[in-house]
Amino acid sequence: MQADDGAGPQAGTDTFIDSADARLIEHLHGGFPLTDRPFADVAAVLGCGEDEVIEQLRRMLAQGVLTRFGPLFQIERAGGCFVLAAIAAPEERFDAVTAMVNARPEVAHNYRREHALNMWFVVATETPAAADAVLDRIEAETGLVVSRFPKEREFAVELRLPIAEALRVTA
Amino acid sequence: MSLPDLDRRLIAATQGGLPLVPRPYEAIGAALGLSGDAVRERLAAMLASGLIRRIGAVPNHYKLGFTANGMSVWDVDDERVDALGAQVGALPGVSHCYRRPRRLPQWPYNLFAMLHGRSRAEVVDQAARIEALLGAACRGHDILYSTAILKKTGLRI
Repeated sequence: MQADDGAGPQAGTDTFIDSADARLIEHLHGGFPLTDRPFADVAAVLGCGEDEVIEQLRRMLAQGVLTRFGPLFQIERAGGCFVLAAIAAPEERFDAVTAMVNARPEVAHNYRREHALNMWFVVATETPAAADAVLDRIEAETGLVVSRFPKEREFAVELRLPIAEALRVTA
Repeated sequence: MSLPDLDRRLIAATQGGLPLVPRPYEAIGAALGLSGDAVRERLAAMLASGLIRRIGAVPNHYKLGFTANGMSVWDVDDERVDALGAQVGALPGVSHCYRRPRRLPQWPYNLFAMLHGRSRAEVVDQAARIEALLGAACRGHDILYSTAILKKTGLRI
């Protein structure tokens, strides 16, 4: 089990990126060009070389500063369905309930949170009916009510961190 | 080959990321038996349709020191939640902002916004900004901090 939030930055999790990295990350928030030589086009805007941009991305991916570089898909448009769900798992059964929930391959991620509803997970399926079937099965197996929070409207889906600000603090 | 099949193959070929070579679209096309132009044209259509949100880089916020994460949840007037949700979603440090159904009486909240900061104090500050923005349209809120990742897998198609 991996510690998540905690009270603050954990030792070893901070990576010091330099200002060129921060500029590249912020520039890519605006989208990577669909051109024949896109790295060269990004490099021209940033005033560096095509090789440097490629090498920067390769290094940041290897360091884990970037988790991904490429097209970001909106899976619902491909016919997929995500449903957020929550359970109030009794403390004495928490590990057993976790095992039952996590055993379902459709459960994409699962977080423990500080609330009476202490287990929050996302089910990814091809259809809403399939998501309901998975959640019904979890209800039957655990004997606990599974509260369902399907997305009704989306306002933001990805994080745009104040990278430059982060850089000032960590540098 | 129908277009959905082509899209599916392009998704499969790129969900691990773009090749880090000077002509990445040509490299993808070479693997699929397509020209670089055909790949770019299809990716442009997928961008236009929203199947691809954007092509870009996803930073790992933990590595950048943003280790505090709280799911903030808000009970917002139904008449105003859509307009206000759009404003909340645009705030820095906010990700994954959605309107979701209430589950009364246990759960009165209909607006969810994930908050990220370097400390819980920063997350609380962000929540205060949202509270000010929502004003009288908000009847209550809570922040659910995550204390453990119980499962995390990559998304698959």
